[in-house]
Amino acid sequence: MKNLLRILFVMLLARPVVRLWLGVTVRHQERLPDSGPAIVIANHNSHLDILALYSLFPLGLIPRVRPAAAADYFLKNRWMAWFATNVVGIIPVVRGGMRRDPLADCREALHNGDILVLFPEGTRGEPEALSDIKSGIWYLLRDFPDIPVVPVYLHGLGRAMGRGQWLPVPFFVDIAIGRSLQHLDSKEAFCALIRDTLLQLKQKTLPAAPPQD
Amino acid sequence: MFKLLLPPPLLWALGGVFLLLVLASITIRLLETRKPEKNWLELKLRIKTWWWIVGCFSLTILGNIPIALVVFALISFLALKEYLTLCATRTADHVVLFWAYLSIPLQYYWLGIHWYGMFIIFIPVYIFLFLPMRMVLIGETQGFLKAAASLQWGLMISVFCLSHMAAVLTLPQLTGIGVPEQGAMMLFYLVTLTQLNDVAQYLWGKSFGKRKIAPKVSPNKTLEGFVGGVLTTGFLGWLLGPLLTPFSPLHATLAGLLIGTMGFIGDIVISAVKRDIGVKDSGRLLPGHGGILDRLDSLTYTAPLFFHYVHYLYF
Repeated sequence: MKNLLRILFVMLLARPVVRLWLGVTVRHQERLPDSGPAIVIANHNSHLDILALYSLFPLGLIPRVRPAAAADYFLKNRWMAWFATNVVGIIPVVRGGMRRDPLADCREALHNGDILVLFPEGTRGEPEALSDIKSGIWYLLRDFPDIPVVPVYLHGLGRAMGRGQWLPVPFFVDIAIGRSLQHLDSKEAFCALIRDTLLQLKQKTLPAAPPQD
Repeated sequence: MFKLLLPPPLLWALGGVFLLLVLASITIRLLETRKPEKNWLELKLRIKTWWWIVGCFSLTILGNIPIALVVFALISFLALKEYLTLCATRTADHVVLFWAYLSIPLQYYWLGIHWYGMFIIFIPVYIFLFLPMRMVLIGETQGFLKAAASLQWGLMISVFCLSHMAAVLTLPQLTGIGVPEQGAMMLFYLVTLTQLNDVAQYLWGKSFGKRKIAPKVSPNKTLEGFVGGVLTTGFLGWLLGPLLTPFSPLHATLAGLLIGTMGFIGDIVISAVKRDIGVKDSGRLLPGHGGILDRLDSLTYTAPLFFHYVHYLYF
């Protein structure tokens, strides 16, 4: 039932919004993982980000794709919590929680062979600007050093529907997918690697300059 | 009821275009096997995309006006989206952009109900006055003029100007003169001549081009390409005129020359915009061509001008 709801959500909402209303160009779709366990990391500017990422996967794989999202935001009220966990299928992450390991559910998902979607900036931030990379991903990967980490840069979604906005305005969206990253022993080096990779991918999404003669 | 209204001349003309595409596809296959060392991918993509373009365009001349209007509205939607994606919009104007998009279904609705008076002033007057009002209500003054002007210009080009293709199609219904088939034939005449003009200017320029005509805007455009292209299009206008239009031979030749000159102007105006923004192509929607505005650039000029030419002389 839950799987069906999620597939319908992607088929009837995510794909039409992203592919028809917005319109999207994808570079290197083949680099996306086609089975779990795997981690997909992306920059985060809009609630549309997760719709865009969902629209990249085949429908049959959707039940396996699980985005980690902030519990304090998405579990605010009962209706939103039901929608977020059952229809969108998020894994709630408690931000700044001291009580227990905030990433426990993410670990479990990876153990189950799911494709975990993480936004390592932690928050949507300013439209089309990359915030600092949070170190949670590094801690998570310490236990799963062999899992592929596929970086994805999403360009244009913050403009289409940024923070505080609820209407998606049509803009063409460009998505660039990079080669999977290797875990590094140094936390700082790994966060820097993620940031550099995302910035490099950003360059690929920008349009080509006119010829100079 | 779905009624096919394809008059024989249109059938022949459309058949000719499909024949051209088949020939192009066969040629590229042959070239690929003869000279596999050269890279034919770009040209192959181009021809494949042409099939799509011709397929979509064919939908508009089959005689079903509502289908045609939906196709043209989608074209305007894609063109405006491409323009707004390129141009710098303000975060504050989020809702305003929504209103701008809403003008597209309305603009084509006026044609659907044959209300010419509203069609011709809706965007230049009502939308022109409405959008700044909506922006003022939001209250952000930083960059106001630039944001308002860019948005208006985009709407004029991608909605108002391009909607004149649909206006040519519905011209007999708008004016109550002539028969509906004439609209479809004149639309075919306009679009085919505009596209052939692009090709002719390119070929003449490639073969004989020496003197640059607009070096800062479009370094590849030459005087020889322009003159050769315009004369070719004038000739084609004269040739196709009796088949597809009610024009006298003189008027058909002049229509061809008008489309040739103005197609060139539309091309370099959009080139100037792209150069100002700093991009090579307006988008990536049409593989091998670039964006949809790269393909429709000439039509932004030829469609409204041809419409008024025909409206004044015959309808």
